[in-house]
Amino acid sequence: MAWQWFHRLGSPRWFYEKTSPWLPWLTVISIALIVTGAVWGLAFAPADYKQGNSYRIIYIHVPAAFLALAGYYIMAISGAVGLIWKMKLPFMVMKSAAPIGALLTFISLVTGSIWGKPTWGTWWEWDARITSMLILFFLYLGMIALQQAYQQRDTADKSSAILALVGMVNIPIIYKSVDWWNTLHQPATIKFTGKSTIDPSMLYPLLIIVIGFYCFYALVLLLYTRVEILRRENRTQWVNDLVAKSK
Amino acid sequence: MASQPSSLLGGFLASLRRDLLVAARHKAELTNPLVFFLIAVTLIPLGVSPEKSVLVLLAPGIVWVMALLATLLSLDGLFRSDFEDGSLEQMLISPQSLYFTVMAKILVHWLVSGFPVTLMAPLLGLMLHLPAEGFLPLLVSLALGTASMSLIGAVGAALTVSLRKGGLLLSLIVMPLYIPVLIFGASAVQTAIQGGAIGMQLAVLGAFLALAIVLAPIAALGALKISSNG
Amino acid sequence: MSSSPSPLLELRDLGCERDERLLFSGLDLQLAAGDVVQIGGPNGAGKTTLLRALAGISADYQGQIFYSGQPLPEASWDFARDRLYLGHLPGIKKSLTPAENLAWYLAQAGGRISIDEALAAVGLYGYEDTPCYQLSAGQLRRVALARLHLAEARIWILDEPFTAIDKLGVSQLEALIARQSAQGGVVILTSHQDLTLPQLRVVNLQDYRPGSVKSAAFHQTNLGLNGLSGAQNDNGEVVAHG
Repeated sequence: MAWQWFHRLGSPRWFYEKTSPWLPWLTVISIALIVTGAVWGLAFAPADYKQGNSYRIIYIHVPAAFLALAGYYIMAISGAVGLIWKMKLPFMVMKSAAPIGALLTFISLVTGSIWGKPTWGTWWEWDARITSMLILFFLYLGMIALQQAYQQRDTADKSSAILALVGMVNIPIIYKSVDWWNTLHQPATIKFTGKSTIDPSMLYPLLIIVIGFYCFYALVLLLYTRVEILRRENRTQWVNDLVAKSK
Repeated sequence: MASQPSSLLGGFLASLRRDLLVAARHKAELTNPLVFFLIAVTLIPLGVSPEKSVLVLLAPGIVWVMALLATLLSLDGLFRSDFEDGSLEQMLISPQSLYFTVMAKILVHWLVSGFPVTLMAPLLGLMLHLPAEGFLPLLVSLALGTASMSLIGAVGAALTVSLRKGGLLLSLIVMPLYIPVLIFGASAVQTAIQGGAIGMQLAVLGAFLALAIVLAPIAALGALKISSNG
Repeated sequence: MSSSPSPLLELRDLGCERDERLLFSGLDLQLAAGDVVQIGGPNGAGKTTLLRALAGISADYQGQIFYSGQPLPEASWDFARDRLYLGHLPGIKKSLTPAENLAWYLAQAGGRISIDEALAAVGLYGYEDTPCYQLSAGQLRRVALARLHLAEARIWILDEPFTAIDKLGVSQLEALIARQSAQGGVVILTSHQDLTLPQLRVVNLQDYRPGSVKSAAFHQTNLGLNGLSGAQNDNGEVVAHG
């Protein structure tokens, strides 16, 4: 029976219809969490004794950076599922995850750079984390470029799934290499998220906003995927019915 | 599935022989990566500074980056002619192990690009005033590194083989994957010049190569199947 | 060879789609030793797609293919050794000589005669050591066709084998196909030419198009209004009529 469920999951129509009721819930939860976390973090959490108020950018930077990396794994695993079980839906998830991930990576790079200005006095520092994030951004760009290069949807899906998998194998290697390279050239002066040293009064709003970002990510991924489903299934009866009903 | 070791090796050797023959018939193309390597390295003193003190500092990194680019630019042809003349289809459906056929092609690619680039690197090191302690590490790290890069690059070449203008895209998707090799390769030379031990860097490069030998041909042959399907 | 009870090659309910468009479906075909089948149909009917699926280049098909009674994914290794595919592209390296080209195929799949004999059989005696880029299109085609003499494979899959060869070449190839059939082989080919082979069967893919009756339960979702009502624009939105 579990298998039956699994194969239904591969059906775009089933997915589209099942996820419809989730959308309002996800919207409400993610907005509530992000607003709570943001207000708490930006207005009520104490200022850092060393960095003053500039540290507050972590309430955007950290969740964006978390999701940028997690998003690549979501993308690669979707691609693997699509390749292995020959299902169409995972490819649609994979395709949707690429631009979202690239955007999150970009946000975390920009916020990291803005944070770097008051902290290090420069807009760009070849810090291990920022450099790794930049390489992750390149990996996302490669994914998007490969996807768009192919006219045939099937080839585009499968090729980019392979690229995502190769990237997934490489990401830990790249991160470790960049870490090692960084210690070689410049001992890190300030760690970005010194987890152990962060005060609970700063940490709780961060945790809330991270969970909020995860929900928001899920929401955006769902919306993108649903649009992709409609685009790809536009010749089918159920999509036609859906369009006719909404008129 | 009946395994026939002798026949597997036979298929590998036949592909190796054929690709070497093809490479030998296009002698003019053989020198292209080398000429690129030479010109690109020459640009650095012209663009940065011919000062010995500056060049000594930059030499390991420059030689490594330019070797990387020379390998990268020669990748596009790896499967392209096979795709265009139909040999790729025949490769895919032959009763031989595709892993070994792909491996033979990658080996030939390395023999005509990465290997000569490695051999030429000391000459360019000389031009950039690379200290004497750097030469042997440069040779060894480039030999290991360019082999890894041919293998990783083969995946990119396979993914873009059916695209008419795949060259730039190929560089785009492959370059980020080269970063670990570059980091450890350049560091091996740098560390040797400073008098440090480089066993660790070479071991890591060797580990990359071993991993690439196992995984890259599999990813490449999967990509080739997809590309020839479209 | 011929004592096997199950047909050499069997297609059950085979269907192929290309770019999300169903080309044909519900194709059932049994090929026993000695059969020669010409796949017919207009351009775009899926002839090449079918041959590529049979050749093992493409795994994108619905339905099943049996080789000597065994389903394909399991028997694909044995099938690969017993099959020869000639596509639109000759699979010949132009910088190499005919003999060097055939040597690669010989090492891949084995042969029953020598390379020189195979080249002589297609009228390329004396061209063994001429680089292929100096040969004409028809001669290049003959180098590829020399594989038919060379290989031991029983199942031939030939996509437009008569392209670019002259009248004499056509009759020689027909004779070769007849010989393969007489020796217990199977030949599946596409051609726009009318062939004069005694054992020839013609399968028209037009009869298996999705509009026809046979394709009823092919695809759960994709058939739908497929091209019947409603047009779609580039954004993938559907504009339904009524």
